[in-house]
Amino acid sequence: MTITDKRETPEVPLTAHSSSLANSSFTWLSTFAASLILVLLAAVATFLIVEAWPALTDGGAILAEKVSWIKPDVGESLIQVMGYLVFGTILISAIALLIAAPLSIGIALFISHYAPRKLASGLGYLIDLLAAIPSVVYGLWGAIVLVPVLQPFYAWLGAHFGWIPLFAPDPLTGVVSPTGRVALSAGIVLAIMIIPIITAVTREVFLQTPKLHEEAALAMGATRWEMIRMAVFPFGRSGMIGATMLGLGRALGETMAVYMILSVGLSYSFNIVQSGEHNTIASYIAGQFPEANSYGVSALIAMGLALFLITLLVNSLARWIVSRRSEFSGAN
Amino acid sequence: MSDTTMAGSSAIGELTYRRKFVNSGMTVLIYLAFAVALIPLIWLSYTVVTRGIDRFMVNSNGDHVFNLEFLQQSMRGVFGGAPEGGILHAIWGTIIITGVAGLISVPIGLLTAIYLVEYGKGWLKSVVTFFVDVMTGIPSIVAGLFAYALFAIIFGPGTKTAITGAVALSVLMIPVVVRSSEEMLRLVPNELREASFALGVPKYLTVIRVVVRTAFAGITTGVTLAIARVIGETAPLLIAVGVADSLNFNPFDGRMMTLPVYILSEWTKGEAVCNNPDVLCSPQIPEYRAWAAALVLILIVMALNLMARLISKYFSPKTGR
Repeated sequence: MTITDKRETPEVPLTAHSSSLANSSFTWLSTFAASLILVLLAAVATFLIVEAWPALTDGGAILAEKVSWIKPDVGESLIQVMGYLVFGTILISAIALLIAAPLSIGIALFISHYAPRKLASGLGYLIDLLAAIPSVVYGLWGAIVLVPVLQPFYAWLGAHFGWIPLFAPDPLTGVVSPTGRVALSAGIVLAIMIIPIITAVTREVFLQTPKLHEEAALAMGATRWEMIRMAVFPFGRSGMIGATMLGLGRALGETMAVYMILSVGLSYSFNIVQSGEHNTIASYIAGQFPEANSYGVSALIAMGLALFLITLLVNSLARWIVSRRSEFSGAN
Repeated sequence: MSDTTMAGSSAIGELTYRRKFVNSGMTVLIYLAFAVALIPLIWLSYTVVTRGIDRFMVNSNGDHVFNLEFLQQSMRGVFGGAPEGGILHAIWGTIIITGVAGLISVPIGLLTAIYLVEYGKGWLKSVVTFFVDVMTGIPSIVAGLFAYALFAIIFGPGTKTAITGAVALSVLMIPVVVRSSEEMLRLVPNELREASFALGVPKYLTVIRVVVRTAFAGITTGVTLAIARVIGETAPLLIAVGVADSLNFNPFDGRMMTLPVYILSEWTKGEAVCNNPDVLCSPQIPEYRAWAAALVLILIVMALNLMARLISKYFSPKTGR
C-alpha cells in the first residue's frame, strides 16, 4: 500500500505530461484491460446461464424426452442426477483431501524445518514437479498402472475390514470390485495431484514463522516437534486451512483423472471400493458432452454452472481464510 | 535447530522418554511423508519414459531402430492396429491453440497487472483483484463449457474450432499471467519510478521503459509458467475443440487435435483388433501411442518449466535485494 502513496507525490509536477494523448491513452488501455476481466467473468456467467436456460426452465417431461440420460421414471431427473453427482464429487474430493492434507503438511514441514538447508529448495522443486504433470497423464498412469496394483489392497481391505461400510464387499459376490476402478482409486490419484498445491502454500506459511518464536520455544527446552506445535502451527493455522481448501477447489473441478479411472454409476453409496457407484460433475460432463444433442448440452452446461458455483464458494472461502492474516499470503 | 542437549529439566519440564519418543516418531513420519510423495513422481516418470519410448524404437516396418516417425506422421488414414500414426497434427494443434491463447492472454493479463500496480485505485482496483482470484478458481471444464457456449451463441450451435479452445485456455491463463506479472511489477523498486519522474518522463513511458523493462525477466518467467500450465489441459479442449485425425493449420475453421486430447482419444480406443495376419498390426498400439504422446507432452512441460527457471535466474536485473 505504501508504494502507491509514495508515488502520488512525484505525479503532481507531471500534470503537463499526463494530458498528452499517449499518456492518457495508455492509462485508458490498462484500465480497459482490467475492466475486460470483469466483462469476461460476466460473460462466463451470462453465456453459461443463457445456454443452461432451456434445461433449467423447460419441464422435466420435455427434457426426459430429448435427453437420453435424464430418466425421471427411475429417479434420475436432472436435479436428481445432479444430486448424485454432487455427492460423488464431494465424496471423492473428501477422500483426496483426507490423504493429501496430512501428507502435504508433513512435506511442507520437511522442506521448511527438517531438510538440510542447502537441499530444501531443490527438494521443494521436486514436489512442484508433481504439479507440472498434466492431469491426462495422471489419468493414463492411474488407469493402466496404479489401479491394478491397488486392487489386491482393496481385496485385502474388503476381506479384513469389510465390516466398515466404506470397504464392504459386494453382498452378492462377496468380493470388492475386481477392476479396482473405484472411488478410492480416483481419490488417491486426486490426492497426488493436489499435494503440490497444498504443500506450496503451507510451505510458504511455515517459512514465515517468526524465528524468535521458534528460538524461544527451543530455549525453553522444547523438542523440535514441540517447537513446531508451539510456534509453527499456531502461526500457520489459517494458512494450512486455506491451502487445504485451495486443494479442495482443485479436486472438485478435476476432470480427466476421475474420468479415466472411475467406473461410473449413480448412487448415494458410501462404499468406496465398489465400482459403478459414483461419478463426479466434471467427469460426467466430459463423458456425456461429445454425444449430447442441444438439449443434452444445455443440461450439461447447467451442471457446469453448479460446479462453477461450488468451486467459487470453496475458493472464495479459502482466499478469505488465507488473507485474513494477509501477511502470510504470498501475493503481497 | 538441534534437540536440546541439556539433560534434565527445563522451563517446559523434564525431557521424558515420552517426549523424546514423540519427537523422533514425528521426525520419522515427516521424512516418510516426503518419501511417500516421491513415490508417484518417480513411478509415473519411470512408466511414462519406459513405455513412451516404445513408439520411438519401432518404425512402421516393424524394425527395431530408433526413429522419429511418431513425430512426423498424423493419424490420417490410420486404423486399428496399424503400425503407422503419430502426433504431428497434435503437436501443431497444441502449438497453434496455446499460441493463440497466449496472444489473447498476455496483453490482457499484463495490462491488467500494470493497471493494478501502477494506476489502480478505489473500487475498480479491489473489484478486479477479487475477480482475478475468482477466475483462478474456475474449473477447467467450466472454461471449456463457457467457450463452447460463447461460440454456440455467436456462430451457431456445435461450433468447435481451435479459436474456441484458445478462448477456453485464455480464461484459465489470464489470471495466472495477471498474478505473476503483478508480483513482478511490485518488486520494481520505487526509486526507479521516482528517478524517471524526476527526469520529466511521462508516466506511460516510465511504466513501459522503466517498470516493465526492469520486471521483464520475471514477467517472461510467469508467462512461460502459465503456458506450461495450460498446455496440459484436456477437458476444455475436449469440449471446445473436439478431436481430429489430420493436420489443420486454420484456427478459425474445423477441429484440431492437441496432445492431451490425443492421449485421451488413443487411450479410449482400447485394444485394436488384428484379424489379418498378413498386415503388420499390434493390438496394444493405441495404448503405446498414448504413452509416447504423454512422454512428449511431459518433456514439453518440463522444458517450459526449466526455461522459466533459467530466464528468471539469468535475466533478472540485479536490484540489490
